[in-house]
Amino acid sequence: MGVIVYAIALGFAGGILAGLFGVGGGILFVPTLTLGLGLTQLHAEASSLLAIIPTVVAGTWRQARYGNVRWRPAAMLGVAAVGGVEAGVAVAESLPQDVLRRLFGALMVLIALQIAWRVLRR
Amino acid sequence: MRLLLIGVLAGFFSALFGVGGGVVMVPLLLLACGFSERPAMATSLAAIGIIAGVGTVSYAFHGELKPGAAMLIGLPAAAGAIVGTAVQQRVRNRTLSIAFAGLLLGLGVKLLV
Repeated sequence: MGVIVYAIALGFAGGILAGLFGVGGGILFVPTLTLGLGLTQLHAEASSLLAIIPTVVAGTWRQARYGNVRWRPAAMLGVAAVGGVEAGVAVAESLPQDVLRRLFGALMVLIALQIAWRVLRR
Repeated sequence: MRLLLIGVLAGFFSALFGVGGGVVMVPLLLLACGFSERPAMATSLAAIGIIAGVGTVSYAFHGELKPGAAMLIGLPAAAGAIVGTAVQQRVRNRTLSIAFAGLLLGLGVKLLV
C-alpha cells in the first residue's frame, strides 16, 4: 500500500517535471519502477516509455493551448527518432544491465555539465 | 537537417535509457536550433509522444512491458503534466533554463555519488 502511494506521488512529480521542462518524466519513472516497484532495469525502461505516453498527451495538449508547440519540428524530431529508437532497443538488449545503469549515469552528468556551462556563459 | 540529427540522437538515448529523449532534445533545440525555452520544451514534449509510442511498441514485441506499473505512474503523471505546463507558462525563460540546469546537475551528482 505504501509502495503504491509512493509510486503515485512520484508519478505525479514526474509529470510536473515533464510539463515544466519538456522531458518525458522517465528520469523519475525509471528509478520509481526499479527501486519502488522492484522491476528490473530493462522492464523499468520499457514500462517507463509506456507511462510517458499519457504524460506527454496531457502536457502537449496544454502546451498547444498556450501556443508553444512547433508542430513541424516536433514531427521531424519524432519521426527521425524512430531509427534511433530501433538502434537503442537493440543495444539495450545486448548490454549487461549494470553497464546500462552506468551509461545512464554518465549521460546525466554530461548533459548537466553542458547546461550549466551554457547558463554560466550567458 | 539538424532537427533530423537531433531526432535520431534523442530516439537512440530514449530507447537505451528509458527516458523520453527530452534531456537530449531540449538542450540541442536551445543550443543548435535557436529555440527559446518554452517552445523548445513544448516541442520536445510533443516529439517525445512519437518517440515513446514507437519505443513502447518495440519493447512490447520483446515482452518487456509491465502495463499495470506503467499506468500506476503514467496516469498521475498526466495530471502532474497539466500542473507543470501551467507553472511553466508563468515562469521567465531564464529562470526555466537555470532550473533545468539545476535539475540535471542534481541528477548527475546523485548518480555520481
